[in-house]
Amino acid sequence: MNVIFKIWRQEHAAVEGYFKTYEVDGLTEDMSFLEALDHLNETLVLINEKVIAFESDCREGICGQCGVFINGRAHGPHQHITTCQLHMRSFKDGDTIVVEPWRAEAFPIVKDLVVDRSAFDRIIQQGAYITAKTGTAPEAYAIPISKEISERAMDVAACIGCGACVAACKNASAALFTSAKINHLNQLPQGRPEEHSRLLDMVAQMELENFGSCTFTAACEVECPAEISINSIAEMNARYIKAKLFG
Amino acid sequence: MTLDAKIPEGKLEDKWKNYQATSNLINPANRKKLNIIVVGSGLAGAGAAATLAELGYNVQCFCYQDSARRAHSVAAQGGINAAKNYQHDGDSVWRMFYDTLKGGDFRSREANTYRLAELSAPLIDHFVQQGVPFAREYGGVLENRSFGGVQVKRTFYARGQTGQQLVLAAYSQLSKMIRAKKVEMLARHEVLDIVLIEGKAKGVIARDLATGEIKRFVADAVVLATGGYSRVFRLSTLAVGCNGSAIWKAHKKGAYFAAPSFTQIHPTALPQTSKAQSKLTLMSESLRNDGRIWVPKRKDDGRKAKDIPEEERDYYLERRYPSFGNLAPRDIASRAAKERIDAGHGVGQLKNAVYLDFKHAIERLGKDTIEERYGNLFNMYEKITGIDAYHEPMTISPAAHFSMGGLWVDYELMTSIPGLYAIGECNYSDHGANRLGANSLLQTSIDGYFILPNTINNYLAGELGAKHPGADHPEFMKVESEVRDLIKKILEVYGHRTVDDFHRELGKVMWHECAMSRNKAGLEKAIVQIKNIKTEFWKNVKVTGQANEMNTELEKALRLADFIELAILMCTDALQRDESCGAHFREEYQTNEGEALRNDDDFAYVSVWEYNKGDFKLHKEFLEFEYVQPTVRSYK
Ligand SMILES: Cc1cc2nc3c(=O)[nH]c(=O)nc-3n(C[C@H](O)[C@H](O)[C@H](O)COP(=O)(O)OP(=O)(O)OC[C@H]3O[C@@H](n4cnc5c(N)ncnc54)[C@H](O)[C@@H]3O)c2cc1C
Ligand code: FES
Repeated sequence: MNVIFKIWRQEHAAVEGYFKTYEVDGLTEDMSFLEALDHLNETLVLINEKVIAFESDCREGICGQCGVFINGRAHGPHQHITTCQLHMRSFKDGDTIVVEPWRAEAFPIVKDLVVDRSAFDRIIQQGAYITAKTGTAPEAYAIPISKEISERAMDVAACIGCGACVAACKNASAALFTSAKINHLNQLPQGRPEEHSRLLDMVAQMELENFGSCTFTAACEVECPAEISINSIAEMNARYIKAKLFG
Repeated sequence: MTLDAKIPEGKLEDKWKNYQATSNLINPANRKKLNIIVVGSGLAGAGAAATLAELGYNVQCFCYQDSARRAHSVAAQGGINAAKNYQHDGDSVWRMFYDTLKGGDFRSREANTYRLAELSAPLIDHFVQQGVPFAREYGGVLENRSFGGVQVKRTFYARGQTGQQLVLAAYSQLSKMIRAKKVEMLARHEVLDIVLIEGKAKGVIARDLATGEIKRFVADAVVLATGGYSRVFRLSTLAVGCNGSAIWKAHKKGAYFAAPSFTQIHPTALPQTSKAQSKLTLMSESLRNDGRIWVPKRKDDGRKAKDIPEEERDYYLERRYPSFGNLAPRDIASRAAKERIDAGHGVGQLKNAVYLDFKHAIERLGKDTIEERYGNLFNMYEKITGIDAYHEPMTISPAAHFSMGGLWVDYELMTSIPGLYAIGECNYSDHGANRLGANSLLQTSIDGYFILPNTINNYLAGELGAKHPGADHPEFMKVESEVRDLIKKILEVYGHRTVDDFHRELGKVMWHECAMSRNKAGLEKAIVQIKNIKTEFWKNVKVTGQANEMNTELEKALRLADFIELAILMCTDALQRDESCGAHFREEYQTNEGEALRNDDDFAYVSVWEYNKGDFKLHKEFLEFEYVQPTVRSYK
């Protein structure tokens, strides 16, 4: 199959970017979207052009490294998948496919389709852990946890940190990401002792990083590859009030 | 140099305790003066970096991804083993030790393997404490499942995302120590060489992947935790960035490489469907708990799976291995699949696959139970193939998956270079010639969390009084300029073929000659072919863009250059071992029934390779079995 890619090119953060059009043939429907980009890059090398910088690693939807805006949607036309899980069978022969990096003030562009998501790491550093040193753990059975709590923690712990929630949000809010981690840990008995400081510190960092505020448009939950629900944000907000009152 | 594994004195069950009781310690005030480099942020790297920092050392931790959280440990689905005996089904440290040693076909050390089993239970305690949401029963207790090669249920899991949950716990702990300013995290930094001063590891040279800048990093010890190198096959279940570069550079600097050709081929990956394919997706082995594997009895059967009646299906694993059936170990299951596929019974588009069928399990347990157990795997399958596996069997196929081989390490996890350690998948330690499912998350984790933080003191105690060379030491300058020259050389070739094109060629040779089954003529031919690929690569590879900018093509080229050299060693190793053991199956050495024929008289050793100016010199670490008598590894 043949498609026309319109791809964002930008040498680095300090220069202007622009769209460049590439007509690509020799694709098959079985190819993943990223394999189509690989293929395009190989042809670019052979005509002495620089390759398009884009990110990926696991290529199976779990590491969160990939992620681009495709025809106006984070991770492309389907819900709840990552860019690396998208296949060319989702497009038609002759389609024009517009590819852009995540757009958010907190995610500066590094090059072409690659952005800097280290703001996420800094939010995690502000308390998304349980302060216990290696070697200090009690026997695992000392802490029984109901199946329900454990499953609910797992629902949000599944976040892959790709940033699609931010990219999909018109305010570029990181509320879904931040809430997922807070609700994972604050729900579990192990996370209780630090629940308030964890929440307040992580939210404060989120605000420092220039993410926008959440206005509950729910655009994030539509794209989230881990299917984290916007209820997670509501839960974080409820916990926030509690932390402010009792923290 | 002689190979001293430094196995501690005493009875098997006392060795680790004896080691800890007698090794050197360093007091907290002095730990602050010592710097450690940890290359890698997977379970091994992040676990080690966080724990060493908790102990007071200053740590610099590296990964090539944009965040530590993305290390490929994240992709492990199935679970992690521990001898907790929570199921009351007869499990014990001894049984786990035995299963692991036997699973590895008696090609690993008793002492290491025992320690692996011994430290498994506290590791689960650790991860529970760190907030890992392991699967639980209604009463709040932890749930277990069973994995290939064992008859008890000792596998802990978090849905189909066990590796993700463990690595996120390690990343959390690492983040805590970053906040405490005890760890400096260098994401998007690829280590391209190791610096030795007076024979000891004293630092690394890394490339900042965002800017292309080459930087020098100094330390008192260097820990490599760079994961598996099975991407040498190109098509594998590894991430596209996984590489063998750091360990290969260490090897060229004098670190011995053990059993490089021992590669696990996983039986349940999704089959290749196109030439452009960049990786193969694993379907967790846990699926074999409830799924049944079969092929049509009739050759080249063109019918759809649902049209093939029960009596015309060959459940070949259940037929050949009645006591383990669909849970036969990976090497055996993969080879059995290859045998059926080669004999013309393969299914799927390219006839390169077998069926994994849940029909009976769904009838027996109901769709809900299957969905609860494997829902996300079924979803993933559907996303990739467009097929609903609740109604049709999955098609699966063997894929390169795990490197048992790696840098040779002693009981302390130190390589043959003083001050250079290798932990996690990049070393050769506990798995022998075949790794049991769910034992690797375990090994990488205990290496990083429990073993290294106890053994590294023993070396560092001697470094306290030593001189601390700065980054301007001539040796650092020299290695840095070698790295720059290499990059320049690759960019200057500017030939006519892409890096991926070379990688596909290499992968093909390796898959045909050095994967599930090997033979002398094939391996000899492969070595010649790979040497030709190497010559051609340096004459004709083409990389566009510059050295001093983000250049993903250059990254790939540097990794491939190392893979090509490593591939030659892998074939050399497979050729040398005139026996079949574990995943290493030499066609010349098999029983009449096609089972592996091990030769303990001549090969009860680990092949340990020394780099010798482009050639390799063999050393042998003889394995002594004091507690367990090697038996024929039968799963019949
Ligand atoms: C798909 C899949 C499923 C699996 N499922 C299971 C399972 O269910 N149970 C089980 O026990 N095992 C499983 N395994 C095996 C297990 O996951 C791995 O063996 C283990 O996680 C490896 O951990 P590691 O820390 O050694 O390496 P990794 O997690 O791969 O980490 C390597 C680290 O090194 C860094 N790195 C590499 N090279 C460089 C360099 N040159 N410079 C700087 N940094 C570098 C990377 O950035 C990364 O941070 C699975 C493996 C795969 C591929
Ligand atoms: S590459 Fe890992 S999620 Fe897409």
